[in-house]
Amino acid sequence: MVRIDVNTPGRECLLLGNEAIARGALEAGVGFVSGYPGTPSSEVIPTIAQVAKRNRIHVEWAANEKVALEAVIGASLAGIRSMAVMKQNGLNVALDFLAVMNQTGINAGAVLLVADDPGPLSSNNEEDTRVVAKWIGFPLLEPCCAQEAKEMTRWAFDVSQHSGLVCMVRTTNRIGHTRAKVTLGEIPSAAGKAYFGDINNIYEPTRGKHLTVGGPLSFQPIRISRFQKAKEILANLQGTFNWYIGPENPKLLIVTSGVSYFYSKEALRLLGLEKEAGLLKLGTLWPMPEELVERHILVAKEVLFVEESEPFLEDNVLGQIARLSKEHHDIAFYGKRSGHVRPYGDNSVELVVDVLLRITGGYYEPRPKEYGFRIEKLAREAPARSWEFCPGCPYRPFFWAMNTALRLDGRNGFATGDVGCYQLGGFNAGYYQVRTQYAMGSGPGIACGFGNLTEHGFDQPVLSLIGDSTFFHAGFPALASSIWNKANFTFIVMDNSTTAMTGHQPHPGSPVTAMGDPTRPLNIEDICRAMGCRVEVIDPFDIKGTIDILLDLISTDGVKVLIVRRECELLRAKRENKAPFKMHVEAAKCVGEECGCVRLCTRLFHCPGLIWDKQAKKARIDDAICTGCGVCADVCQQGAIIRSAD
Amino acid sequence: MKKLVKDPFNLIIAGVGGQGNVTLAQLIADAIFRRGYSVIVNDTFGASQRGGSVVSHLRIAEEIDYCGPLIPKGQADFILGMEPLETLRAMGLYANPETKVLVNPRPIFPPTCISGEDTYPDVNHIITNIKRHCGKIWVVRASDEAIKIGTPLYANVILLGAAVGTGVLPVNRGDFAKIFREKFADTLIYAANMRALDIGIKLIHTASLR
Repeated sequence: MVRIDVNTPGRECLLLGNEAIARGALEAGVGFVSGYPGTPSSEVIPTIAQVAKRNRIHVEWAANEKVALEAVIGASLAGIRSMAVMKQNGLNVALDFLAVMNQTGINAGAVLLVADDPGPLSSNNEEDTRVVAKWIGFPLLEPCCAQEAKEMTRWAFDVSQHSGLVCMVRTTNRIGHTRAKVTLGEIPSAAGKAYFGDINNIYEPTRGKHLTVGGPLSFQPIRISRFQKAKEILANLQGTFNWYIGPENPKLLIVTSGVSYFYSKEALRLLGLEKEAGLLKLGTLWPMPEELVERHILVAKEVLFVEESEPFLEDNVLGQIARLSKEHHDIAFYGKRSGHVRPYGDNSVELVVDVLLRITGGYYEPRPKEYGFRIEKLAREAPARSWEFCPGCPYRPFFWAMNTALRLDGRNGFATGDVGCYQLGGFNAGYYQVRTQYAMGSGPGIACGFGNLTEHGFDQPVLSLIGDSTFFHAGFPALASSIWNKANFTFIVMDNSTTAMTGHQPHPGSPVTAMGDPTRPLNIEDICRAMGCRVEVIDPFDIKGTIDILLDLISTDGVKVLIVRRECELLRAKRENKAPFKMHVEAAKCVGEECGCVRLCTRLFHCPGLIWDKQAKKARIDDAICTGCGVCADVCQQGAIIRSAD
Repeated sequence: MKKLVKDPFNLIIAGVGGQGNVTLAQLIADAIFRRGYSVIVNDTFGASQRGGSVVSHLRIAEEIDYCGPLIPKGQADFILGMEPLETLRAMGLYANPETKVLVNPRPIFPPTCISGEDTYPDVNHIITNIKRHCGKIWVVRASDEAIKIGTPLYANVILLGAAVGTGVLPVNRGDFAKIFREKFADTLIYAANMRALDIGIKLIHTASLR
């Protein structure tokens, strides 16, 4: 039995497929590995774990596969090569995060190792996860033996790094659990310091090159161009993972991948058909090597697809052949694959009109051209309207306090976002504090990655955000995983006592059910304390108190929970039907632009209820918007903003 | 059922999250539906509530069997602008030289304009540009009037009254009196809403026209 990290390139040994994958990751310089046990993938992580400490790699079991993938991407964003390992069902669990995260991609190479279980031999269902790579849109590799599993895993990190997308390696039970000869390669020296630098934000595109906030339509072209890059990388690879053996003009062509390649090869030999039949073995499955496929398909008379377990190659090849030019058949197919319909976004009447015009020729003008140019120019010049916290929202002063605390701390700390009203913290509304944003639970999930990079020199304070409703939905696994894996970050629960963004529905922390029946609400502090960590509670309207507690928590090791609690303003207003305070600005006390930060209240704090009167050169309350929460009175350093009882 | 001036008749309501755009669209759709017309309404929900742009599309027809929920580019017949910048933005996509526009000139400043990163254009320039690019314009100070009667929240009902006053839509005051009667059990609230509606109707006679 050879030590898996022995650095003797050229040495041959007998390895399990899963051990070969572990070796491939080591040869790629992996620095962070996470996953959840699942047959046939389980051996990968313990194999690396055995040699982790002396190779400066963080290896962990996460509470589930979604948290595992989130942690892995967190490490990647901080510049550390990382790998997530799971079985087919684990990918289902990770899917919400994967679907969102793929829109903005990764930083350091990130590999997703998924082991399917055709049969199934040890699963409750049979599943072919290859479709996920096609559906969500990232490169996919499938090895046919242990040696190739090692090579592909190592190379997948490069594909990922150079395309900016996660790269998936898909194995099956007969690959992962078969022991065969593997020739070892070289293991590189350890990675550099982990750091999550300035990244792009949809409202500050000049801040850096890396987008991490998922969602808007504007990211789709980026995703498409990254996939195009992956296509080029795979196309430039000559013969390594895709090859053809057999006669020049085979009567029968077998198209295959994975272990089915060897099944087919041996079957042809047994039947003495090697001189008549050709074998096209594919290893880079998505994007499909279309040129190679077309070249071989078009000279065959019969084509047989042999693969496990869904007709993935079959459907894609057939689709590709159907789309070929009219020389081969009489039908022209138009759609997204042909480039006629935009590859992303929602449709509209004008979209269909444009496509029809391209296909049929012809001309259509919904309005006079000249008029169209002028009105479109005027509309384009109109300032964009970014989302904003409602006037009176408790999250505004919280982000104000967090911004202050992090700047005072000075170590370039940041927040990881989740799904809910507080996600506006990634925009101007929250002073661009939230630097990542993906799916439900991804705030603390990604922090599990950032929070466990000490062996890579990471020293930035990390604060994860999650709402009260989202906490019950998706927060528990990340909290359990981070505490048990001894991560370092502050787990913040943004508790406004409701599921606000979607219309104030109740959740398990509410005293009333969907049908209006009273019920016992679950207590967030108790749950967190039961999990075994320090828990603090703060009212965000106490700005100074919030700054103080944040400074305390970010200087403490481990996972600490801070519950930021104040009711949603819309709920309060509906119930109380009156403003807590009447706000006004005493113009005499307002020093206007001479204010320390050149208009601290409007330029920096910018609640929509507090506006800048350009003529008077003074701040002013906008009575149409202000809800009288009174917070701005504490922001103004001159005491010019007055709150009086209504 | 009165014949429509155009079939389908396309109405856009453009505003800022929190102004009551969706409520306004539902009220108009309800009144029109009760009159026997076919109506399709498409609203923007969710995140756009938090101060973002909100655009509602209403398609009105005698028989809708070929209309989708979205008004095609350049095909708006009437734009109800609850805010000047949003009115201009909606016109960019949906207006044509014949489009009629009813606009409330009270600006709501985007956060980037409050912070100084961006500049809100002069409202008079916005109104002038709207005037130059539409078939007919009414400027109705709905927010100012709403604050006069106690709360800015009534701006959308005042605008509704103004829309009724223009005569562009196949509805009248009585249609909404009936709807408000059903909607508001409290007679005080009913009266306040009717008052706002009537203020809007009256404002049309004093609004600037072309």
